[in-house]
Amino acid sequence: MNEQDIQKTERRWAAIVIVAVAIMLAVTGVSSFVMAMHPPSHVETTDPTTLGANKEFAENNLGASVNPDGSVTVRIIAAQFAFVPRCIPVPQGKPVTIRVTSPDVIHGFLIAGTNANTMVVPGYVSEIHTVFNEAGDHLMPCHEFCGLGHSEMWSLVRVIPQSEWRNDENGRASCDIPR
Amino acid sequence: MEGRAVTYRADRLILAHFGVAFATFAVAIILGAWQMTVRSGLNPVFTSPEAYFASVTAHGTIMGYVMPTLFVMGFGYFVAVTSLDRPLPNTRLAWIGFWLIMAGVVMAMAPVLAGKATVLYTFYPPLTGSVFYYLGLVLVVVGSWFWIALMIWAMSDWKKDNPGKPVPLAMFGNVANAFLWLWTTAGVAAELLFQAIPASLGWTQTIDIGLARTLFAWTLHPIVYFWLLPAYIAFYTMAPRAAGGRLYSDMMGRLSFLLLVLYSLPVGMHHLFTDPEHGTGFKFLQMMLTALVTVPTLLTIFTIGASMEIVGRLRGGRGLFGWIGALPWDRPMVLATGLSFVLLGFGGFGGTINMSYGMNAMIHNTSWVTAHFHLIYGGSVVTMYFAIAYEFWPKLVGRQPLSLKPIRLQLWLWAIGIVVTTFPWHVLGLFGEPRRVATFDYANPAIAFWQPWTIVSMIGGYIMLAGGLLFVWNLVTLYRGPEADRQMHYAVALHPPQRVPSALNGFALCNWLLLFLMLMAYGYPIGQFFFIKDYPAPIHRVDLGG
Ligand code: HEM
Ligand SMILES: [Cu+2]
Ligand SMILES: [Cu+2]
Repeated sequence: MNEQDIQKTERRWAAIVIVAVAIMLAVTGVSSFVMAMHPPSHVETTDPTTLGANKEFAENNLGASVNPDGSVTVRIIAAQFAFVPRCIPVPQGKPVTIRVTSPDVIHGFLIAGTNANTMVVPGYVSEIHTVFNEAGDHLMPCHEFCGLGHSEMWSLVRVIPQSEWRNDENGRASCDIPR
Repeated sequence: MEGRAVTYRADRLILAHFGVAFATFAVAIILGAWQMTVRSGLNPVFTSPEAYFASVTAHGTIMGYVMPTLFVMGFGYFVAVTSLDRPLPNTRLAWIGFWLIMAGVVMAMAPVLAGKATVLYTFYPPLTGSVFYYLGLVLVVVGSWFWIALMIWAMSDWKKDNPGKPVPLAMFGNVANAFLWLWTTAGVAAELLFQAIPASLGWTQTIDIGLARTLFAWTLHPIVYFWLLPAYIAFYTMAPRAAGGRLYSDMMGRLSFLLLVLYSLPVGMHHLFTDPEHGTGFKFLQMMLTALVTVPTLLTIFTIGASMEIVGRLRGGRGLFGWIGALPWDRPMVLATGLSFVLLGFGGFGGTINMSYGMNAMIHNTSWVTAHFHLIYGGSVVTMYFAIAYEFWPKLVGRQPLSLKPIRLQLWLWAIGIVVTTFPWHVLGLFGEPRRVATFDYANPAIAFWQPWTIVSMIGGYIMLAGGLLFVWNLVTLYRGPEADRQMHYAVALHPPQRVPSALNGFALCNWLLLFLMLMAYGYPIGQFFFIKDYPAPIHRVDLGG
């Protein structure tokens, strides 16, 4: 085998590699722009030491609430070692925005079986947009080590058919909706 | 090419590095197997959150920082003296680096064992542990900087005495790794020195978490390539010769090493895809850059495949794939290379899912991730560490193995163990099993079906443990083997290069490109923390029970 042959096969292989990687880049690029598959990334800061006094994340404002346009916003605090609230009702088939932050350390947020997944970093609000298409319960564990109680930090997301959905006059709902 | 003996008073230095690397490795795999048992719900002794997370901290610290750093350093010293055929520029400095690391390891592990530094090897401020943990790790890093200096120094001395000649490929890869490591450590060193240590000394009460996470991510990706490079160097400069053939192309080796350095550094933000402190644009940019890391790997698979194909055909292998069966699989380096490629294939598949930032959300921080890195790192990389040790140790002590059988058994046990451990982890990850959780309530019907998968995975862990301990045993038996010659021979290229362009014979251009890429990838993402209104978080001391 002479040197030219080797260089020729190598050039051919390099071309194949470049084409393969280009296809891969194109697929991810197109899917993220066209299908808007983006990770949670709007850099929104908040003071972790004054969350209690922060109107949006005040205790009585946490959980699910229906906005005037019919969409739902869920606000959650992840703290050592529980999510508040522990069970979150969401309506089936409607756009849901989840906003979550932490007053203490880093936590993780995952709704098992869905693409709702984010880090929860003190000082920042993480926001996720999603739609739940099937009724039923999803586990919601804390997925990042947050201290010795990390293994106990689990909640639930309950997807409720629209016909069974109830909320009060302020648009607030809880998991006790009869099923 | 003539073989070169490992003399020049480097033998004991290298054995010291390898010895500590593998002794700590043995401890860490025992901890790993115990962790698997806890997660399976079988309640072994000492099951408690304190013990579990201290154990994960110790396992991660050893596997992430101690074992690979010492291994790569010992490997580098070996390659330097054998491929350049001259003594190290300064053996005393090498020993100083080694003893700094020893001091650092003791200093870091003591608080971990005492439960005063349960912050995992990834630290996660505002969690803050004992200052000795961080100081110990700083010493490990500083000790490794002595190695970097020596590798660069050795190569430039050699170049001065051999003007115009191409640096031997093994040494070229080795110095590539030294530069890679220098760039890599900058991120974590900054986090430790400017954030974690001042906080744990009580000088500061808050930490800018966004900045800390970004600095850590800077290190977290390229560190993986620092671990990986010895495996790649072995693919190019040892495996073809072990098979009885030659390297298909020396240039491809150089190019791959350079590309690995260039492409591994500006991509750490893919560990932060689901983090709130960065915008979509830079995440997207770094995802695109991440995809390029596949290029040097694909080049390597081709070149090594081609080198092996020639051997296989010379040995009578026919047809499209017949040459594969004809390879001398009974030789450890050949077997390890084959197993390593297979594991790299499985792991690489998982990796492309992690990399795509849309799909990443499905598996981020689930057991899928643990599966991915155990496959790539515990699997394909450590398998090559074994093969390298089997190659080097006999030259260091001047003795041959008693028999190759236990060596082959060991490599198989490890590879099978890795597969049995990680496949269930992938499945569990897709079901949403979070990572770094010690105990699961399998009485909960929603997760009851996880337990059988966890138990299979645990069995895999014990197979790995058996493989790992057999490795240590195999090294011990070497001391009883028949005498061996101490010459090290590297694979020669089919057409050894006479001259190579200076861009492929040194690192000046590479470093300038890196500076540019790093500024592009991290300039704004790091700079933003100094001009947006962000809120540092109060620290949480784990050593004071806070
Ligand atoms: C007998 C072999 C091994 C077993 C049974 C094992 C098992 C485990 C387990 C159970 C965890 C904790 C996962 C968690 O809590 O989420 C873990 C973490 C880890 N393992 Fe291993 N492992 C083994 C070998 C290795 C090897 C060879 C490496 C690399 C060289 C490695 C690197 C790591 C690292 C860096 C972590 C830290 C992960 C983290 O903090 O989330 N392990 N391993
Ligand atoms: Cu948590
Ligand atoms: Cu947690």
